Amino acid sequence: MAEDILRAQLPNGLTVQLKEIHTAPLISHWVWYRVGSRYEQNGKRGISHWVEHMQFKGTPRFPPGTPDKAIARTGGSWNAFTHMDWTTYFETLPADHLALALELESDRMINSLFDPQEVEAERTVILSELAGNLNEPLFLLSNAVQKASFEQHPYRNEVIGTPEDLQNIQRDELYEHYRRYYHPANALIAIAGDFDAQETLRQIEDWYGAIPAGKPAENPTTPEPPVPEERHLAVSGPGETVYLQIAYRSPAAVDADFFSMTVLDSLLAGPTSLNMFGGGGISNKTSRLYRALIEKELAVGVSGGMQATCDPFLYDLTITLRPDSNPDEVLAAIDDEIKRLQDTPVSPQEIQRAIKQARAMFAYGSENITNQAFWLGFAEMFAEYTWFSGYLTRLAEVTPADVQRAAQRWLPPNQRVVGIFYPLNGGQV
Amino acid sequence: MNGRASPAVLHTLPGADDIQRFELENGITLMMRCNPFSPSVVMSGFLPAGSQYDPPEKLGLAYLTALALTRGTQRRNFQQIFDTLETAGASLGFAGSVHTVSFGGRCLVEDLPMLLEMLSEVLIQPAFPTDQVERLRVQHLTGLAIRAQDTAEMASLVFDEVLFDGHPYGKPEDGYPHTIQNIQREDLLDFHDQFYSPAGMVLAIVGGIEPAQVAEWVHHYLGSWKTQTTPAGVDYPNLSPPAQDIRRHVSIEGKSQTDLVMGTIGPRRTDPDFFPAIVGNNILGQMGMMGRIGEVIREKHGLAYYAAANLVASTAAGSWEVSAGVEPQNLQRAIDLIRREITHFTREPVTEVELADSKANLIGRLPLALESNSGVAGALLNIERYGLGLDYYRRYPTIIEKVSREEVLETYRRYLNGSGMVIVSAGPDWSNEP
Repeated sequence: MAEDILRAQLPNGLTVQLKEIHTAPLISHWVWYRVGSRYEQNGKRGISHWVEHMQFKGTPRFPPGTPDKAIARTGGSWNAFTHMDWTTYFETLPADHLALALELESDRMINSLFDPQEVEAERTVILSELAGNLNEPLFLLSNAVQKASFEQHPYRNEVIGTPEDLQNIQRDELYEHYRRYYHPANALIAIAGDFDAQETLRQIEDWYGAIPAGKPAENPTTPEPPVPEERHLAVSGPGETVYLQIAYRSPAAVDADFFSMTVLDSLLAGPTSLNMFGGGGISNKTSRLYRALIEKELAVGVSGGMQATCDPFLYDLTITLRPDSNPDEVLAAIDDEIKRLQDTPVSPQEIQRAIKQARAMFAYGSENITNQAFWLGFAEMFAEYTWFSGYLTRLAEVTPADVQRAAQRWLPPNQRVVGIFYPLNGGQV
Repeated sequence: MNGRASPAVLHTLPGADDIQRFELENGITLMMRCNPFSPSVVMSGFLPAGSQYDPPEKLGLAYLTALALTRGTQRRNFQQIFDTLETAGASLGFAGSVHTVSFGGRCLVEDLPMLLEMLSEVLIQPAFPTDQVERLRVQHLTGLAIRAQDTAEMASLVFDEVLFDGHPYGKPEDGYPHTIQNIQREDLLDFHDQFYSPAGMVLAIVGGIEPAQVAEWVHHYLGSWKTQTTPAGVDYPNLSPPAQDIRRHVSIEGKSQTDLVMGTIGPRRTDPDFFPAIVGNNILGQMGMMGRIGEVIREKHGLAYYAAANLVASTAAGSWEVSAGVEPQNLQRAIDLIRREITHFTREPVTEVELADSKANLIGRLPLALESNSGVAGALLNIERYGLGLDYYRRYPTIIEKVSREEVLETYRRYLNGSGMVIVSAGPDWSNEP
């Protein structure tokens, strides 16, 4: 799959990946920067996400609001996301408007204004975004579980930041963060869609070639081992429902065990789609935990998931309890299922099933140009594109023994965080 | 495969030359479009068995019936149904709305016969096993408990209750906890007997398919479905916009954000002024960072993370809704600013530039909306639901181009001038609130 990609690097260090797809008259253009909450220090939690917001607040060439209008006129869409490991910006547009994406993104790679008034207005917007998140019981619970799962590593922090830091961060600090991380040597351009790759590469050179290189971001972190014991915590807030979340250290995306854990997750909690755009998921009603928890009337919902990250992060299970069930009983039922994975090899048929599910989800995701371009860059943030193109092959190589070993290595009962959300308004516990 | 369009001639927008439409003898309408690039298939559709038939004390009956279809049939139990679907990496789900029950599924091309057989089985022979119905009830009640704590959902729910008072659109299709408790398994069986019928059912299938082959499969799996009764139509009362403002606050303590929904009656989907309405609404509260309202609320005053205007145009009525998420202390200021923008919108025509931008946006976004199988399937259902004609998406640019500034202004004056608004907030109580 990787052979139809045009890969290049400009003299200023900018990496380019292009994939022609001529199924619809659309292009999707992405710029990825190696910066996110993993690169932040105490006192500046949330600065990467805030910089992302400021990237929509104007340059001398494009005053605030004008890029939105230019994109809207094409009928296309654009947006941005800040993650722990990366920040990314995309435009999906009718194919004849590719130049607009190149112009906008190359301009704001270097020329964003960070106007003090805009910075202050955005402070309120982000605090309001955080307030919306704090309305959600599962945000409160995940936040606490994530914090308890790491001693030092910045993966312990929520990307959006803390209310205190968001009150204190100043314009010049935002601008300094922007200048440090937004430059060609720390960036990657990925474009998929209806274009000629060679011609597009020339256009990219025209738009981005003159931007000074800068220095690639240094990886400031050292991976953190699992927590040294089982930790329990409780969170409460408005709500009527009890949630349980269990988090184990997960392998980094480049670890061979990532694929064994993907199969394990599929059997235990149902297949997780890694597609960010389009495709939709597959239900998990025949997964082992659905049978053990929902069919036994202990819970009303269960989900599991793992992200592809640079450093080991978290494999978590989230359970929505029935009003009348006891969290200890639920935890015991989960432990029985995990022990079964550790003690008894799964059948080859179960692995085949997980592979077919992954193949189906890949097919669903491939309908969408935005999703295809997303993968072209996303995989490069923690590995390289061959990680994505070889994904199904790597899954097919997973054996029952691999799954068993992964369960033993990554899901030990004495190295995890167990969090419970207790609702203040009701719910019986 | 025979019958597939060649890639070179596949039109960006579906039209009469590449949509296949058949009517089965039992009343099912089948619509198909081949996407030769896709290794998968989307199947979606609806049948007229919605919550409009719910008895008031059993609101949520149509919704629960729809959800319970996949909980067991006369041939397969719950685990067997989902083992078949999940082993293939396929999905099939149902949802209820006021007029219809809708369904959606997807699978790899090779598994389409399985998915059609499953659809046929759950529609025609559901068993509604007692234990499954009870489990579903508890799951649904948990969902309603979560809803009760969700500020955005509660603001929207109460907005509909007030604006559509006495109308089926004012009643939540997923019911209330006490009405869900009233529903028995027998009610589901009766509802299915009375209202599930092939007459009026529409099925759209899009993907890497051969339409002639798929038509045969559909005949095979669904062609023999016959029912004794056809559900009677429902009369919808006429609605008038509120004469003056109606203000409601849903108190949800402990929340950090307040969600606001304010608005009034809007056009129906089939009304002639639907098109000037969407061209205008795009300017008022959609385009760019959510139009003029987003510009004022979010960009200029930094009051909200989101603020937008939505036109919800349905079969029997429509609503015009501005929604925003704000910090509790900023609520009244946001309401005042939104009202000022709306008033301004009914006084001055939009500018030529705004009009041109809005039209370019509405026309330009079609290829993006219709690039995926699910996007096209949704378009086919839209064509059939509102009788738009197979060439609707190709005529759409001309329809939009014809809208004038005057029409936009007249339309807004008709709906937004001289009447009050329903204004609903949900979140913590705030002492400055009147």
